[in-house]
Amino acid sequence: MRAHRPSGARGAGAAPYLFLAPAVVLFTLFTAVPIVYTAYLSLRRTKVSGLGLGRGARREVFAGLDNYSAALGDGELWAGWLRVLGYGAIVLTVMLGLALLFALLLDSAHVRLARFSRIALFLPYAVPGVVATLLWGFLYLPSVTPLRDLGVDVVLLGPGTVTFSMANIAIWGGTGFNMLVLYTALRAVPRTYYEAARIDGASERHIALRIKIPILMPAIILTTVFSVIATIQVFTEPTALRPLTNTISSTWSPLMKVYRDAFVNGDLYSAAATSIVIAAISLVLSFGFLRVVRDRAFQEG
Amino acid sequence: MAVTTRAVATRRVLKRPLRPYGVAPTAILLLGAVYCLLPVSWVLVAATKSKAELFSTSTFAPGTGLMANLADLAAYRGGVFWLWMLNTLVYAGGGALLSTAVSAVSGYTLAKYRFRGRNLIFNVLIGGILVPSVVLAIPQYVLFSSIGLAGSYWSVLLPQILHPYSIYLARVYAGAAIPDSLLEAGRIDGAGHWLLLRRVALPLMLPGMVTIFLFQFVAIWNNFLLPFIMLGDDHTFPLTVGLYTLLAAGANQPALYNLIITGALVSLIPLIALFLTMQRYWRTDLSSGAVKS
Repeated sequence: MRAHRPSGARGAGAAPYLFLAPAVVLFTLFTAVPIVYTAYLSLRRTKVSGLGLGRGARREVFAGLDNYSAALGDGELWAGWLRVLGYGAIVLTVMLGLALLFALLLDSAHVRLARFSRIALFLPYAVPGVVATLLWGFLYLPSVTPLRDLGVDVVLLGPGTVTFSMANIAIWGGTGFNMLVLYTALRAVPRTYYEAARIDGASERHIALRIKIPILMPAIILTTVFSVIATIQVFTEPTALRPLTNTISSTWSPLMKVYRDAFVNGDLYSAAATSIVIAAISLVLSFGFLRVVRDRAFQEG
Repeated sequence: MAVTTRAVATRRVLKRPLRPYGVAPTAILLLGAVYCLLPVSWVLVAATKSKAELFSTSTFAPGTGLMANLADLAAYRGGVFWLWMLNTLVYAGGGALLSTAVSAVSGYTLAKYRFRGRNLIFNVLIGGILVPSVVLAIPQYVLFSSIGLAGSYWSVLLPQILHPYSIYLARVYAGAAIPDSLLEAGRIDGAGHWLLLRRVALPLMLPGMVTIFLFQFVAIWNNFLLPFIMLGDDHTFPLTVGLYTLLAAGANQPALYNLIITGALVSLIPLIALFLTMQRYWRTDLSSGAVKS
């Protein structure tokens, strides 16, 4: 049989370009132009002449890298990075660890009520971050918490515990989705792999560690990279938890500081510089992670 | 036959260690399930508590105020809560519909056409996954302001149509679900590109499009940052921003807490219903083609 070449270069004409036009236009308007505009804004500042009153007293001028040096020298922002680092370390390890554990257990066929567990574990995905924060936030309040009924006395929104309480919300909301990604990848593996291993005398634990986890590696890497990007940009949980406690400042996370600079203080320029720094750090981290993983893979291979 | 002997041997081996770790795996999963259901079951109970009961009775003790709470919620600021529900439905439904259409057409084109710049366009579109939404939010707001659209429905709807991962999924799905021979046959019969897209490609891609629609629907439904930045008038708010403003107001008016909890419960019902009824479409891998029933 002759191999089909799907719609050879000849004859396709303008059709593929027309079909891709909506995506390309949307990409240009809502991704490319905003990126360039953010970079442009980050190099500008407002110059105030005289008392700053009247028309023309405030002008936008070129600022060079001033906004960046200000962002890098900003102690408030660094404190935010440190908080997010601690929070992110907890979220990433616990959330991805649980997601992997649950996916492996669900796939092992040695569990009862697997369908119920899978649906229940995925359910938090259907709960918006704001609502999840609101539900847990109330459960953290001393007058509502079930720990009160158990006679345990812990301040869940105090300075020492608020990071853990917030990490719990992200873990609760994110484990199910990551579990589904890993579980779907596991279901696509032909069962004969495991049967062959079992005949060779491999235990379930060996099969999980030696066959399933290596097969899952690309999916684990993918979920890790996406989780890192999402965690660096944490905004919803601390913002929605703020009304319930005064332990969280308006600059708790770097993204909250960007929001405050841009929309409360009206300084778009330094907010733009800070957001470029956040984007750069998340790109460096995700590429760095991919690099490390790839080097490891080559060493072992 | 080798295959049969192996199958028999397998069955014999499988029979022996049926549950090698006892009930531990089941127990761990059920523990996880309880953890995941805890806040949702609490809000179900808490919505029944009256103002006096909320902060005094035991956490999971049902109360007597459900009807009063629902009536208060419906009456709050002339029924603005229902408007938030409706807005969310418009943003998530309209956005996901447009997003699915754009993703399906783009995915089909990238999978089934060979043309100059194909890989470049694909890589650039997919590269969008790595762009943190924070670098987009501020300029999107400024750009929408400059054309007078900040605060409008469009400012929330339009930026959420393009979704790189959906295009990727659609491309994978189109590659698996549309046989080249069918397109070839259509072409020989004289069908144009538009007709092939509408009559051959899209119908075959429908199950994959349902999955893309669901994920995008949930993503927009759950989004907080973009509408929070774009919108100022509470008549255009989606539920997430509306509930947040209620919570922020509740810091000074604890009487609002019952409203917030009841609102949270009501806001969860549509999504959980969608979630439970569409179980078989919630998949993150579309490479296997058709949906198994």
